[in-house]
Amino acid sequence: MAGYIARRLLQAIPVLLGTTFLIYFMVFAMPGDPVVALFGDKTPPPQVLEAVRERYNLDQPFIVQYLLFLGGIFRGDFGVSFSGQPVGDILAETFPVTLRLAVLAVFFEMVAGITIGLVSGLRKGGIFDASFLVISLILISLPIFVVAFVAQFVLGIQLGLFRTTVGPGAPIQDLIMPAIVLATISFAQIVRLTRASVIDTGGQDFVRTAASKGLSRRRIVPIHILRNSLIPVVTYLAVDFGTLMVGATVTEGIFNVPGVGRTLYQAIIRGEGPTVVSFVTVMVLIYLVINLLVDLLYAVLDPRIRYAK
Amino acid sequence: MPSNTRPTQAHFVAPIDETPLVAIDSVKAEGKPSNLWRDAWRDVRKRPMFWVSAVMIFIIVIVALFPTLFTSLDPRYCQLSLSNQGPGGGSVLGYNRQGCDIYARIIYGTSTSLSVGLIVTFIVAFLGILFGALAGFYGTWVDAVLSRLGDIFFSIPYILAAVVIMSVLSQYVSVWTISLAIGIFAWPATARVLRAEILRVKNSDFVMAATAVGVTRFRILLRHVLPNSIAPVIVITTISLASAIVAEATLSFLGVGLPSSTMSWGNDISQAQVDLRTNPQTLILPSIALSVTVLSFIMLGEVVRDALDPKARALR
Repeated sequence: MAGYIARRLLQAIPVLLGTTFLIYFMVFAMPGDPVVALFGDKTPPPQVLEAVRERYNLDQPFIVQYLLFLGGIFRGDFGVSFSGQPVGDILAETFPVTLRLAVLAVFFEMVAGITIGLVSGLRKGGIFDASFLVISLILISLPIFVVAFVAQFVLGIQLGLFRTTVGPGAPIQDLIMPAIVLATISFAQIVRLTRASVIDTGGQDFVRTAASKGLSRRRIVPIHILRNSLIPVVTYLAVDFGTLMVGATVTEGIFNVPGVGRTLYQAIIRGEGPTVVSFVTVMVLIYLVINLLVDLLYAVLDPRIRYAK
Repeated sequence: MPSNTRPTQAHFVAPIDETPLVAIDSVKAEGKPSNLWRDAWRDVRKRPMFWVSAVMIFIIVIVALFPTLFTSLDPRYCQLSLSNQGPGGGSVLGYNRQGCDIYARIIYGTSTSLSVGLIVTFIVAFLGILFGALAGFYGTWVDAVLSRLGDIFFSIPYILAAVVIMSVLSQYVSVWTISLAIGIFAWPATARVLRAEILRVKNSDFVMAATAVGVTRFRILLRHVLPNSIAPVIVITTISLASAIVAEATLSFLGVGLPSSTMSWGNDISQAQVDLRTNPQTLILPSIALSVTVLSFIMLGEVVRDALDPKARALR
């Protein structure tokens, strides 16, 4: 077990170095003045340009710049936003809101996705299954911002069920609609994955054994089929975390949820390059850590992974 | 010699009229051999979803190539006096906030979405096949280096990466740069799929046979291994076309995509946000165009997957 954890941690190091280097390289190794390029068609005051130059040590050779940037990350210093607030402080403020939204969204997509996937898989080829195959295809085709606007228009404006934007403090009842929207990105995939997994598990020998020794369907379905079908679904959630982050950026922007995503969204919209770079770096780091944690969690839960090479 | 033996056949084949056991040892030379592609085509032809998506994609391509066939209006000609007016007076779907014709803008936006989709798909397929094939076939340090490289690119969600690239390249925005920004981070998935398939195929008997008769390694990869492991790549490529179209629209929606002078559904949706309450069709109509286009390619990908992946077929 300790060997596995050590190996997995060692593997994470080159990826961590590689991703941060890549981001830094994309921004600061471009021809021309990277600081001017970051501000696009805007001309910021010279003091701001100077501050950014100083912040990223642009008078140093490239590799030194990168190492200083990396050192900053390890000390928890992610840079300063456009308005001069440290990115770390903004994160501390906004992260709990995003976490609440994400947990709510994952809860919705898991409950709805697994239930529908299970029923579809058990009644493969039935009318319920066929109609949800079509619905899931349509849902996969809808970009997140389209879902968000349709929800805002139909549920918020026309039916008046929800507030179209989130109020101060982000109370949980205001987060329900953004969470449902965010959940639709992965919902269809979870339905299909659960369905495929349920069909696969349902044909296994141990299910037949359970049935032939006289166990009731009520016991076979949750204990034998469902539990064994959930492994790929949970794996998918970790892999899909990147989609969730992009989705959260757009959703939080549209519904005005005061989270990490909206901060990034507004920085993108306003063309505040340095803030965008800081937040993308942070998100990539979070993504790496989540994937590492899930891998380690697996080794705890499933001994087969621990011993496999 | 009976006609059912090949001249080069080394071993004896009993003539048909002499033995009833002919079926065991004879080689049917005339019958069409079973073939993955022919089987797949036979399977695909029978599915209504294939024909629906094929017709939709055909129409979309025609619209993209010949927009003038569908509208005589200039999408760039806008009159503020017509701002947010409904349909009527030569306009099928009404006008947006700037007084431009919504229908004409949707028609002209098609080619943008489709070109980005195709260029990204080309970049992703090229990089994915190149790196996946080299990593899977040559193994050892080539595999180690390329797979770690893939891990690094895979760890940055490609839309976030494209946002960073497009923020830096904000002066050089075009269909080409946006496609490059999306494609350069989207290839690892394709490479992984191909690598796994090549690892499976390269231990086959026919590869050993080719090695035995002295075919060079590179030629084995090109002529024997790659053609036999390309099926999953085709499946993932069809789907990546749809994802690329969504990615372009998302970037344009965020304002780091194409400039507003380019017709793009993402741009139109982004600009229509403020009119959601007053004139929802300026937002809903380009959204429908975008979603229907994506749906067509998703449906095609679905059919192709079912046809080429026996596991997916079993689930149907």
